[in-house]
Amino acid sequence: MMGEATARVPIVELRDVTVLLGGRKGWLRKSVPPVRAVGGVSLSVQQGDILGLVGESGCGKTTLGRTLLGLQRETAGDIRLDGAPVGKLPPKAARRRRNDIHYVHQDAGAALDPWWSIGRTLDEGLRIQGGTAVARRRARVDEILDAVGLDPTTRRRYPHELSGGQLRRVALARILLLRPRFVILDEPTSGLDMSVQATVLNLLLDLRQRFGLTYLFISHDLSVVKRFCDRVAIMYLGRIVELASAADIFAEPRHPYTRALLAAVPRLEGNTRKVEPIEGEPPSAARLPPGCVFSGRCPHAVAECREREPELQAEDGHAVACWRWRDTLEERPAAPPLTGASNEREYAASLAK
Amino acid sequence: MSVASPILAVRGLKLSIRTDEGIARILDHIDFALQPGHILGIVGESGCGKSTLIRAVLGILPLGATVEAGDIDFAGEKLLRLPERELSRRIRGSRIGFVPQDPYLALNPVFKIGRQVLEIMRWHAPGRGAAQHRERLIGLLRRVHLPDAEAALDRYPHQFSGGQRQRLLIAAALACGPELVIADEPTTALDVTTQQQILALLRELTEEFGLSMLFVTHDLGVVAELCDETCVIYAGQTVESGPTRELLDAPKHPYTRALLACHPDRSDSFIGIPGSVPSPLRAAPGCRFAPRCAEARPACTMRPPHLDTLIEGRRVDCVLYDELESVVA
Repeated sequence: MMGEATARVPIVELRDVTVLLGGRKGWLRKSVPPVRAVGGVSLSVQQGDILGLVGESGCGKTTLGRTLLGLQRETAGDIRLDGAPVGKLPPKAARRRRNDIHYVHQDAGAALDPWWSIGRTLDEGLRIQGGTAVARRRARVDEILDAVGLDPTTRRRYPHELSGGQLRRVALARILLLRPRFVILDEPTSGLDMSVQATVLNLLLDLRQRFGLTYLFISHDLSVVKRFCDRVAIMYLGRIVELASAADIFAEPRHPYTRALLAAVPRLEGNTRKVEPIEGEPPSAARLPPGCVFSGRCPHAVAECREREPELQAEDGHAVACWRWRDTLEERPAAPPLTGASNEREYAASLAK
Repeated sequence: MSVASPILAVRGLKLSIRTDEGIARILDHIDFALQPGHILGIVGESGCGKSTLIRAVLGILPLGATVEAGDIDFAGEKLLRLPERELSRRIRGSRIGFVPQDPYLALNPVFKIGRQVLEIMRWHAPGRGAAQHRERLIGLLRRVHLPDAEAALDRYPHQFSGGQRQRLLIAAALACGPELVIADEPTTALDVTTQQQILALLRELTEEFGLSMLFVTHDLGVVAELCDETCVIYAGQTVESGPTRELLDAPKHPYTRALLACHPDRSDSFIGIPGSVPSPLRAAPGCRFAPRCAEARPACTMRPPHLDTLIEGRRVDCVLYDELESVVA
């Protein structure tokens, strides 16, 4: 199936993809410039890999997913599936090429029709694809329900009768029926309890093995990404600011934004009390700062950062888009100790200063 | 433990709601005490009764709800016995402030911010002049670091980001000078970097205004960062409570232990808890965690819930510790 590691053609590749949204040419009305949701993103995903795409709300991660699916046209750049560009194809041909890319919606409950039984919903996809007899479709639905760990009787139930975890399983079953190769998972664990989250993630790993899937895992939950993904891309305001293996990113985050993000995750041993939160909020994508997109909030920004936008540059497989990452690495506060109680009074005193 | 009397104490609260499908026994023995000046975290997964508990304290229970047993004491007053008129005049919104979970839903989109919040302030302190209310509110908005506080009063909710709206709601909760603030998952809808800012702000404000806070959440990490004490709830029962650090470092109850074992900071693989939370419509007697518990024994379903066992500074409601019992008076 796959040749030499070096000669492998990525299943999905993005080259310098830019997506501009909205905007209006003015003639009688005021013209509105378009918003840059995705600004020059290059990424590739190898067969069987899990690529995590991490960023806060409004960073463009969902737009990027939609562009891959073809729900949104790229303004510039190139999308290649199995090495062949798909962007210039006429719609019908492009749709056929994208047949093995599928998307699992963030809110599994909202993505299902409340008036349709689960069985009918699952059958719909097979019917649209066509060419299979009723009995065969039935057998296939049962087989897939079993694969996602649901009882065959689930077919007669309705979405409101199922729990959050079960709904996620239905959402997965729905796309597995269509034999995907590449699956975009949009926040697949958001809103799930910790104890349920684990079972859904285990299922995803199991399905990847059984069906030879490749995942793009869109999430803002760093603790899940750390354990689940092979490689991680950190996104901020439409740009990939850091891209490396999960192990490298979590062991040695290079971009100041990645570091701020990691430091902000609440930890059982107490973490955020020891670091100053980064100030402010991401600016609107309609008013991008010149230069580096993070320069407005970056504690290390210098004049150069506000003038020239840094490109993503790799060094031993760890890519970062920052002019100053080497200088700022030493300034990083020591990693918080894993044990030991945090001292509230001490913290309060430090705040008062 | 301190000898000061708690500002909020919930004792043996048992509550059911009549539904179309029968009687749902939502809460079955909730027990905790919040000391003045402290932040108490109420932790539980979805469906454990967190929201109903908050509504019981605020006196806004849904129709069909009956309190079957227990007491809620707030600064010496029995809240469950107060008539609605008293609650709305003297307690809810004034002495007890509330920060809701969803900053998008909590504000009326068609009214300006100033109008919405000032209305509450006028209701609770009709004696004070409009200019005084306005001045106090602007001061609070500055304190919560809302940019351009004065102009904010004349803006509509949609003109603010999620983080800014949550700051605004925190200021609104403080507007009438509460002694107690109840925060219902106030950071769940926010991004992590914004969450970090809001948690830091809540911590500062509790000290500065001498507040006590009941912080309801499902996130053990947030509890570890913020709360002095923690109370763990499962399916409407308090299973364990005590100082946060001790509770997280050496959990006693099998549910707390299982929950912590799922946490990414404690495990590299994906461990879940087998089974699911029982429906409150079909709640069995005794410990509700028993069907999922690795250490369950026949006695679990016989023992009525009680949080009387004190072990290493923690109260635990589990048959495992009954033999080691040192009963609290």
